[in-house]
Amino acid sequence: MIDFLKTFINTIAAPEWFVSLAIVVFFVALFWEKLWTPKPALYVLGAAVAFFTVSLLDPNFRSIVTKADNVPIVAMLFLVGFFIWLSMSQAYENDRRIGRGEKPMEASEPVSKVLVWPDLVYTEFICLILFTVLLIVWSIFLKAPLEQPANPGDSPNPSKAPWYFLGLQEMLVYYDPWLAGVVFPSLIVVGLMAIPFIDKNKKGSGYYTFRERKVEITIFLFGFVILWILLIATGTFLRGPNWNFFGPYEFWDVGKLPPLVNINLSEYFWVKWLNTGLPKGWLLREAPGFIVVLLYLLTLPPLLARTLLRKYYEKLGPERYAVMVILLLSMGALPVKMYLRWLFNLKYIIAIPEYFFNI
Amino acid sequence: MDLKELLDPKKLLSYVRGTQVYKSAFRHGMPENVRNRALVVLSNVFLHLHPSRVRTSGIRLKYTWCMGGLSFFIFLVEVITGLLLMFYYRPTVEYAYVDIIDLGEQVPLGIMRELHRWGAHAMVITVWLHMLRVFMTGSYKPPREFNWVIGVLLLVLTLLLSFTGYLLPWDQLAIWAITVGSNMARATPFLGHEGPGASLLALGGVNLVHSGSDVRFALLGGRFVGAGALLRFYVLHCVAIPFVATILMSIHFWRIRKDGGISGPM
Ligand code: HEM
Repeated sequence: MIDFLKTFINTIAAPEWFVSLAIVVFFVALFWEKLWTPKPALYVLGAAVAFFTVSLLDPNFRSIVTKADNVPIVAMLFLVGFFIWLSMSQAYENDRRIGRGEKPMEASEPVSKVLVWPDLVYTEFICLILFTVLLIVWSIFLKAPLEQPANPGDSPNPSKAPWYFLGLQEMLVYYDPWLAGVVFPSLIVVGLMAIPFIDKNKKGSGYYTFRERKVEITIFLFGFVILWILLIATGTFLRGPNWNFFGPYEFWDVGKLPPLVNINLSEYFWVKWLNTGLPKGWLLREAPGFIVVLLYLLTLPPLLARTLLRKYYEKLGPERYAVMVILLLSMGALPVKMYLRWLFNLKYIIAIPEYFFNI
Repeated sequence: MDLKELLDPKKLLSYVRGTQVYKSAFRHGMPENVRNRALVVLSNVFLHLHPSRVRTSGIRLKYTWCMGGLSFFIFLVEVITGLLLMFYYRPTVEYAYVDIIDLGEQVPLGIMRELHRWGAHAMVITVWLHMLRVFMTGSYKPPREFNWVIGVLLLVLTLLLSFTGYLLPWDQLAIWAITVGSNMARATPFLGHEGPGASLLALGGVNLVHSGSDVRFALLGGRFVGAGALLRFYVLHCVAIPFVATILMSIHFWRIRKDGGISGPM
């Protein structure tokens, strides 16, 4: 029974299942108002803690999760869950008030202003003291890791970036370094900075609400939870030697070979569908890939402006709309490539290794 | 006043408060009435980061989660513990690793490294959560757009601080994590020697961008993570990035007040 459960969890922890499940859970949960009240939250928390505690009995699970540098990541998963719950529960609470024609909680304080001393300074002080105590206790019980002295000739397997960059390293599975390591991170930073300038919704400023900002919140949380936190968790806990996937209860076997052979779009097109060989010159060879990418980046924006995103196009005007839609498409590029990989074993859409230009 | 009065804490306190020395430092009476409570904040350079009155909803713990405040506090903790570490640590290939061992074994109260490392992890997390809170309350909307942009820069700097610090213990974990991280720079379009377009930047058949001249080389001060990288990361970690972060934080805090204090419904 236990073994069956472990095998089951090992199987659904594989990226294609894990990410798909997470996406489904994400959308169901976000729109399921009842979930964001104390009782269901406690059940979920209880289940998570139980899963975690029982799993600790497994030696493989324990060895990864209790690695000193990984402990904070476990804590982060719980914290992110808690704070998303805290914000969403207040958002739904306010939505119910707004639905009844009342003002949000934040606008219904009996006294609208208070003195900083003592009301704010004391809260801050208590927060700082509690955090200091936590940090000291944490530091006494968990030693900072120190491995063998640096040896440039002996690279450990797996070599992992610091934990907060593991989402990017996980992206390397699907995109080459110039995209996963340079272009996408830059777009994340630029995209975050652009948020206040492309979100022209005047409502929902200064209080928690969901119904007044459904689309914005859904997009942001999707990026934060699925494309950032979840990928970090995958990179930390589920990637072993050679960046192969390992289930949470699986031994990190250096010899594990991934069974898949990935194929480029050019091979699909010329060899499999047209039954001719690959053309010699890269321009012709990669023409199908270029067309696909250009269709994605150039045809989708005007198409969306007329259909799904029409409201936004009218509200934002062409410039802001263009910035928004390019950012959204870049964000969508990751899940798109993930599913192309999982469903068709697609390696590159465009592959020009001569110029290090692979997409 | 006689000795007996000195032993009574209440009387002693009120005596101290009457001295010229005390009055020269604190220019207000006990914070027991509105006027003095406002003066506490107004006349103290540190508390003066705050206005004297704030919106009630804005200081509720369930509204801000104190995450911005905690991020700032952890930054201060990192500065102090980092300064203490600097007394012992030498950023050379020869000494770095042994100095780190000594820090744990020879130095009294040897948890300074732990405080610094776990503090750094905690700061990354609190900054992310702070961003989450700011987003979920829509606090980036006008007039706070600019402060959100400053915040994003602070987020990047927080990650870079953590990243540059990761190398300093000079153990296997450190150099290989930085190797993996900095390998990405190799693939920068045009500027990395394995990046798309780099081979186009050539003068008469000589490549301008090669492994000895690309962005990765500039970052590491060498072709691989070695002595040059250690020194560079040390200077970035201890001086350059904290300096820029301090300036940006000053702007961040200044702007919070200029934008009308912590956000709230109109
Ligand atoms: C080192 C990092 C940071 C520090 C020390 C910091 C500090 C603070 C503090 C103390 C506040 C006051 C309210 C609160 O505590 O929530 C605040 C507000 C704010 N922060 Fe940050 N912050 C940092 C990073 C960020 C980031 C990453 C963002 C967004 C991307 C951001 C955007 C804002 C905005 C827009 C406000 C105004 C919010 C309001 O008025 O409700 N900050 N910050």
